[in-house]
Amino acid sequence: MDATSESEPTLMENDAKVERTSDRELVVTRTFNGPARLVFEAWTKPELFRQWWVPKSLGMSLLSCEMDVRVGGGYRLEFDVGAAQPVAFFGTYSEVTPHSRLAWTNEESDEGSVTTVTFAEHGGKTFLVMHELYPSKEALDDAGTGAADAMGESFEQLDELLVTLGASDGPS
Amino acid sequence: MVQYSSDRLDAAYAALSDATRRGVLEQLGHADSSITDLAQTFHMTLTGMRKHVGVLEQAELVSTKKVGRVRTCRLGPRRLEDETAWIERHRRLWESRFDELDKVVEQLQRKEKADGRNERE
Repeated sequence: MDATSESEPTLMENDAKVERTSDRELVVTRTFNGPARLVFEAWTKPELFRQWWVPKSLGMSLLSCEMDVRVGGGYRLEFDVGAAQPVAFFGTYSEVTPHSRLAWTNEESDEGSVTTVTFAEHGGKTFLVMHELYPSKEALDDAGTGAADAMGESFEQLDELLVTLGASDGPS
Repeated sequence: MVQYSSDRLDAAYAALSDATRRGVLEQLGHADSSITDLAQTFHMTLTGMRKHVGVLEQAELVSTKKVGRVRTCRLGPRRLEDETAWIERHRRLWESRFDELDKVVEQLQRKEKADGRNERE
């Protein structure tokens, strides 16, 4: 894919684009206002990674984060999800190309995905593509998004609005 | 396959911006209705009501079905548990992650600039 044509349309806005490109694939794209080496650093240094990977809205907190970023190296993230036992996510890095490409497996279940992230720099900005490939449609259907699962806030607001409308008096 | 659910939310909110269309949704919340009946209820022409229903249909707030010569409207199919909501959840997760990542990248850039200055001094 040509990175130039990819990055152009996204320069206008900074919203992440999320697309289910097939039954088993999820693609998220976003442009970052900084060079690829810095964005890559933020994905590969645990002390930086932990600053952004677990936003408050996820409803979990990160207990530990270990990353051995080299081909064949492992990572392990442990989350406090409010249960007695922490939940661990772990896997292995399968591709590490500094500042341009990163891939890893998710091995905490048989239904784990393979994640590939590419970084393309243009004019001091970085166009990032995150691609997740799941072993089955069902695995992607069930892929967790943390506490956000229960929210879907915009839609809830819309539903509430519809309920309110339904409850109000009709036109005369 | 659903893409870019924010577009669909935009369509829904745009559809809801009109008082007649809100009235139609409310009406359909009580009972399914034909376009003819809706036009009468809202004192509109059939063509005018068809347009409103078309907007609601595009936003997936209303679905219509033609039975014989009558087109019946009902609420739906949009509900929380559909794939639009699924992709919306993923979008929210990644947007909140990436908003934080923006801050990290900004912080790294500032640090780099400051280090550069220090080296020159």
